Amino acid sequence: MKIEKIIEDTAVNLLRLAAVKLPGDVKEALQRAYREETSEAGKVQLEAILKNIELAEKENTPLCQDTGIIIFYVKAGTKAEGLDKIEMALLNATKRATKEIPLRPNAVDPFIQKNTGDNTGRYIPYINWEITQGNSIEITAFPKGGGSENVCALGMLTPGEGVKGLKKFVIDTVIKAGAMPCPPTILGVAVGGGADIAMKLAKAALLRPLDQPNPSPELAKLENELYEAANSTGIGPMGLGGRCTVLGVRVDYAHRHPASYPVAVAFQCWAARRAAARINSGGRIEYLTHKV
Amino acid sequence: MPVFKFKTPISEKDVRKLKVNDVLYISGIIVTARDEAHKKALELYQEGKKLPINLEGLGVFHCGPIVKREGDKWIVVAAGPTTSTRMDRFEDEFIKAFKARVIIGKGGMGKKTTEAMKKYGAVYGAFTGGAGVLAAKAIKEVKKVEWLELGMPEALWVFEAEELGPLTIAIDSHGNNLFEDVKKKAEEKRPRIYEKLL
Repeated sequence: MKIEKIIEDTAVNLLRLAAVKLPGDVKEALQRAYREETSEAGKVQLEAILKNIELAEKENTPLCQDTGIIIFYVKAGTKAEGLDKIEMALLNATKRATKEIPLRPNAVDPFIQKNTGDNTGRYIPYINWEITQGNSIEITAFPKGGGSENVCALGMLTPGEGVKGLKKFVIDTVIKAGAMPCPPTILGVAVGGGADIAMKLAKAALLRPLDQPNPSPELAKLENELYEAANSTGIGPMGLGGRCTVLGVRVDYAHRHPASYPVAVAFQCWAARRAAARINSGGRIEYLTHKV
Repeated sequence: MPVFKFKTPISEKDVRKLKVNDVLYISGIIVTARDEAHKKALELYQEGKKLPINLEGLGVFHCGPIVKREGDKWIVVAAGPTTSTRMDRFEDEFIKAFKARVIIGKGGMGKKTTEAMKKYGAVYGAFTGGAGVLAAKAIKEVKKVEWLELGMPEALWVFEAEELGPLTIAIDSHGNNLFEDVKKKAEEKRPRIYEKLL
């Protein structure tokens, strides 16, 4: 089979897996949330969430009607075959997946408000590129829902506010978001770099599985502290009150300009959809987030 | 936690029995309407024109479903709620004009809507955001679709539902708003949360 076809087929599979089936770490976190939730209204919501996850898998159908704007993260090995074909293959995969799964058409022209109908458009699907060593191509499909996207926030803090300011900004953002991002959410938090870099890192941080601790002990501690703080706001599942407001917090950073302290908070809804696969040389495919 | 099962059309008297935190399962006709449909419906109303369906006593669902065509039938694939705050600017006028009794969505609605619900007799039922398949399961039939030119998510889908829920009553017709309460409590806790941060 031609490499472009292999990439396209794999990407369609990834979009389907992402839309239909949550990764194991997210499911486990939601089950734990259900066990730990003490508010009645919160428990009703979590029970509906777990039921919905099961139904979606059973019926092989997207678990949420907002199948998101389509984002890919690609790690392209410099010696991999078909590097120049990846972009077109992902575009074709998005169109095909929209029809076959089906996904909701979610790409709208911001000036004339016209929906293209196939989830593609200017810069969409959006591809985050990373060049790596070797001859494999790793693709992550990350369909991103609108509800959680609408409450993402960027704070251009002053260096004087520092880490304490960062923590306050995260909590303020969680309280302000309230019910909107479909809690329990996952928070991606990043500091430094610049406005664009902080947000990019915050969003990419959402890709780290919930059962994978931060390799840096200091950042792991910060994640834990923010997790406890966010879960003491009482916002709870779907904002109806309760303990479980976030499933996890993922922190990343870049070095900053001496005058800047940009802090980005990216939200992912409980339907934290992602699916990844590696295409090795010779076209052998390994799925990384789901059992296939 | 009291659980209610109502079938549309729902009377004002029945809807006033519901209190915040109650759970409702709703059967009968449910109509989807998002930003564009709310806008268009109110424009028609102001021009003195009729809507393609009488909404009195019905459920109005803030939802942009995924629907597929099979033969001459529409099949609902996923139909969870969308964020209701976007419809807040229309909803008080909408409830006043059309007498819908149950507004279904996620994320809650504001003061103006809460007041209109109190005045005209309506409630807001929070359906679990993202639970698109659970909702689709409860939709037994697509009766018709209007205004499809607005696009699949924005069109007016007329569903026959069977026990769509659980809906947590988050705004009742007595002026209570669960989302506002939760937010207010979170605001009150904020200084204590700050203190604990290292």
